[in-house]
Amino acid sequence: MRVPLSWLKEFVEIPLPVPELAERLTLAGLEVADIERIGLPDAALPWDRERIRVGEILEIRPHPNADRLVLATVEYGGGRPKTVVTGAPNLIVGDKGHKVAFALEGARHWDGYSAGRDITTLKGRKVRGVPSDGMVLSEKELGLSDDHTGVLVLDPQAPVGMPLAEYMGDVVLDLEITPNMARCLSILGVAREVAALTGGRVHIPPAQMRADGETVEGRVAVAIADPALCARYAATLIAGVTIGPSPEWMRRRLRLAGIRPINNVVDVTNYVMLEWGQPLHAFDYDVLARRARGVPRITVRPARAGEMLTTLDGATRPLSPERLLITDTAGPIAIAGVMGGAETEVTEGTTAILLEAANFHFISIRKTAQALKLPSEASARFGRGVPPSAAVPAAMRATELMRELAGGTIARGVADCYPAPQVSSVVTLTTEAVRRILGMDLPRAEVQRILTALEFLCEPQGETGLRVTAPDHRLDIGTGVVGAADLIEEVVRIHGYDRIPVTDMADRLPPQRDAAAVDPEERVRDLLAIAGLQEILTYRLTTPEREAALVPGNGQVSPRPYVTLANPISADRVVMRQTLLAGLLEVMAQNLRLRERLRFFEIGPVFLPGSGNELPAEPRRLAIGMAGRITPASWRDPDPCRTDYFDLKGVVETFLQGLHLRAVGFDPATHPTFAPGRTARLLVDDEPVGVLGEVHPQVRAAFDLPAAPICLAEFDLDALLARVPLTYRVAAVPRFPPALQDIALVVDEEVPAAELTGTIRAAGGSLLVEARLFDVYRGQQLPRGKKSLAFSLVFQAVDRTLTDAEVEAEKRRIVEAAAQRLGAELRA
Amino acid sequence: MTDIPRELTSLEAAAQAALEAAADATALEQVRVRYLGRKGSLAAVLRSVADLDPAERPAVGKLANEAKQRLETALALRREALEAAARAAALAAERADVTLPGRPIPMGRLHPSTQILRRICQIWADMGFQIYRSRDVETEAMNFELLNIPAHHPARDMWDTFYTTVDGVLLRTHTSPGQIRAMREYCPEPIRVILPGMCYRYEQITARSEIQFHQVEGLAVGRHVTMTELKGTLVSFAHRMFGAGRRVRFRASHFPFTEPSAEMDVKCILCGGTGCFLCKQTGWLEILGCGMVHPAVLQNGGYDPAVFSGFAFGMGPERITMLRHGIEDIRYFWANDLRFLEQF
Repeated sequence: MRVPLSWLKEFVEIPLPVPELAERLTLAGLEVADIERIGLPDAALPWDRERIRVGEILEIRPHPNADRLVLATVEYGGGRPKTVVTGAPNLIVGDKGHKVAFALEGARHWDGYSAGRDITTLKGRKVRGVPSDGMVLSEKELGLSDDHTGVLVLDPQAPVGMPLAEYMGDVVLDLEITPNMARCLSILGVAREVAALTGGRVHIPPAQMRADGETVEGRVAVAIADPALCARYAATLIAGVTIGPSPEWMRRRLRLAGIRPINNVVDVTNYVMLEWGQPLHAFDYDVLARRARGVPRITVRPARAGEMLTTLDGATRPLSPERLLITDTAGPIAIAGVMGGAETEVTEGTTAILLEAANFHFISIRKTAQALKLPSEASARFGRGVPPSAAVPAAMRATELMRELAGGTIARGVADCYPAPQVSSVVTLTTEAVRRILGMDLPRAEVQRILTALEFLCEPQGETGLRVTAPDHRLDIGTGVVGAADLIEEVVRIHGYDRIPVTDMADRLPPQRDAAAVDPEERVRDLLAIAGLQEILTYRLTTPEREAALVPGNGQVSPRPYVTLANPISADRVVMRQTLLAGLLEVMAQNLRLRERLRFFEIGPVFLPGSGNELPAEPRRLAIGMAGRITPASWRDPDPCRTDYFDLKGVVETFLQGLHLRAVGFDPATHPTFAPGRTARLLVDDEPVGVLGEVHPQVRAAFDLPAAPICLAEFDLDALLARVPLTYRVAAVPRFPPALQDIALVVDEEVPAAELTGTIRAAGGSLLVEARLFDVYRGQQLPRGKKSLAFSLVFQAVDRTLTDAEVEAEKRRIVEAAAQRLGAELRA
Repeated sequence: MTDIPRELTSLEAAAQAALEAAADATALEQVRVRYLGRKGSLAAVLRSVADLDPAERPAVGKLANEAKQRLETALALRREALEAAARAAALAAERADVTLPGRPIPMGRLHPSTQILRRICQIWADMGFQIYRSRDVETEAMNFELLNIPAHHPARDMWDTFYTTVDGVLLRTHTSPGQIRAMREYCPEPIRVILPGMCYRYEQITARSEIQFHQVEGLAVGRHVTMTELKGTLVSFAHRMFGAGRRVRFRASHFPFTEPSAEMDVKCILCGGTGCFLCKQTGWLEILGCGMVHPAVLQNGGYDPAVFSGFAFGMGPERITMLRHGIEDIRYFWANDLRFLEQF
């Protein structure tokens, strides 16, 4: 809401400098987003008080050497009138008496001919042989609008010689109006706030009209089909108007408020809407009478099937029954609160006006404005709520203004259909209730003072209570405990949030709850960061196609359902992801263009739809992605080798160890996203919890990744964390030295290392504390199809130093078990 | 008269010269063997002392032993000198250009959003607020109706919403549905929770707006929770988050689920309040929205609003990170460019 200060001042005194006023309003919930100054000091271009003044055109003569130019003699209140050359099409030879904005040499103004906004300084010069050392300014040159088609013509009352800044300099407050402050979508509403905040009084312009005509009854009838959709329909009638431009002061205020001036009648409807917050609509009465072939009978009702209306914008719109219409006996004449019909529109030839001031239900208007995509100043106000009480005063104010500006005779009375008058909220508020919510004492007198300043009616009730009646313009006040909260907000808002003391929480601490679901997840993040991985967070919205690219070759989007957006904003964010891998591969592809080593992880939910209307499951997943060199290249090692499956597995093993997960296994597995033979399932307590491996070359290509190993893992984090032990045992540090033995066992190529290791561990018994695989050998010294696996064995007893004989016996048992189970032979 | 003394003198001189001439440990050892070894020259001279007249023996023997001691001392000195030289040479050979770069340690890092979420949650944890998580995909009732935002109400305009193809199911536009879930789970116990989570808005992705972003919501419910406490708690938070001396102000505002509602600003961390691009010349930075829980919301959570009261607040961690680090483009957060992530 753009509020010109000059306008606001007609309604309330403003005893504060503008910045202070702006701060008070902002702190009280009417946020001043911007302060725009026009012509005043601090404006983008202040109007020079000496050099830009109100002038009067004394004479307009032809230019001796140019057809399109004229010579205008201007009185500006400073010595002899000046004669200047101008090409303005609205200064015509022979005219005189126009009041204009006149600039003298040296004045700074906006360049009227520049495409953008450039400041220039006025210099005297000869134009086609005639000297010109002044200028009659256009709106553009003053910075009022982009209009440079003619000079600005002021109202006849403008005092000649007055600095223009004094005459029409202004300040516009641009206010952000929250939904509860809809009443401030009007100058009057803002004035009420200012009055309450400064202790001032609101001067409401008299809602009177000089009605000399016959009574309005008999000229028009109004009816409402459903009072739930239209609480009130009021109309006035003025005949004998002359359509023409509004006076400059009104056009200026409309422009400052952001509305384009049109003609005196339409401008008045907009002007009073801005003033009162009540949207108005002017119909051409003669058209209505012609359609009715007599007295127009206006009915507000929902549209009937098949009805159409050609609206002001020229569009012919089919109307569904959700649309509320203004109709006459011949059919629709306007879409209620949203847009008028073209046929009944006010035109240059209109002479009689039926002025509508109605009250429509906000939801109906919102739905219609959204459905028809016709947002307007009127629907914005109706859609946020307008008090029915405003209709008649606004109608009378507007009708009177029309009479003043367009002439004519007003019919007596208002045709007013108001079946169920507005009921004011009544709330009982006690100082105890105020203290209970605010935590501070506010005396009843102070509560009463504030509410009274906001025009609430307060009657003391009991020792500490007030019976508070909301004024008609407050639609936002509820009843009961909600109403009390509404009033407490009003009280503290005006009292000042800065005056609320600061205290610590006094209530007892709530029962503390187990954070088991939260803490281990953070532990995983820490462990992976310690392992050198960078955490990423990606969009949780993706496309089925991107996830389908994780399955090579088929090009088919998985038939399983997604959580799908009904209103996506872009084609690449349409469903909720079901895996972290697609997003991770995209991030890897991007970063690989700049880096030769990537180590990423992401933790976050995926979204698996339930059946029917059930909400989706949102299990947490962990994804890891690694690629490129195993360490950053440096001068010590300019060419480190490439990451492969075993680097990934090392990271996985390390973080599983950090979580104290012991029963961990890696089984060879197949998975469409991964390269066969370089893929494993992760098992914890024999339960599969995810997959890790090298990405399938076709998937790599689908994600624009280079032809080098990309290591990827995705785990079900919920399943993993469910197995994290609450606590774990720590063993004593041995007091006796360990015995170390290395053995190499030759087995068939097919025997998995994990199986041999398991056999060794099982056979080793309690004295074997470690069996670490440290070498894998294949080659000439071995028969084909055989490999040698070398282990470093550590034997340890807690109570003694082991003898050579004991160690030898242990080792022999291990070798025998390996031979028996897996056909292993001890390598010489 | 024996000529052993003269022999000794010349032997000693020759040995001294040989010691001096020995250039390394091997040469020195050869010299030792030749002169001082069991079969060496000096040993031979000493043996010949035994053949002397007994009267001459003590004096000559003394001379010989003295010569031997002198040579052994000289040998030790020479050995030490050679070792010192060898050490020096070895060190010189190992000399490094200490200005060469160190071996890079690839460091892992948490995403900046995780970092700020942890910081925020930590501060609230210290004040007794425990983490409560709730879902991203929500019902319209949880996200709106139960939070006192009826369908078609003008307040709905405050949230541009992603709806799903399932009727009544949407992507949460704020973490506030967690308020209802926490209340319904914990009622009638008092509550102090902090609700971090991802939220979604139907917005064009630009430098200033994103379709997803984190929010951290806080909720306290009890029999004596007041607005002075809301202010006290949030001022404590602001002082820990932005520095102990940071000035804070509260402005009246509007959220359908709180009443009275407020927004908290802190003095601009860049200009200190004089006005700059960051604070859009206002001197203040908007940090969070807050208020006393609306009676209708308490009721929907199961608490009697005549007996219980509560406060709630919500903030955007990415926005706080942007303000703290002068980041001007919110898209960096989900772009995951290492050139951005590695700066945290």
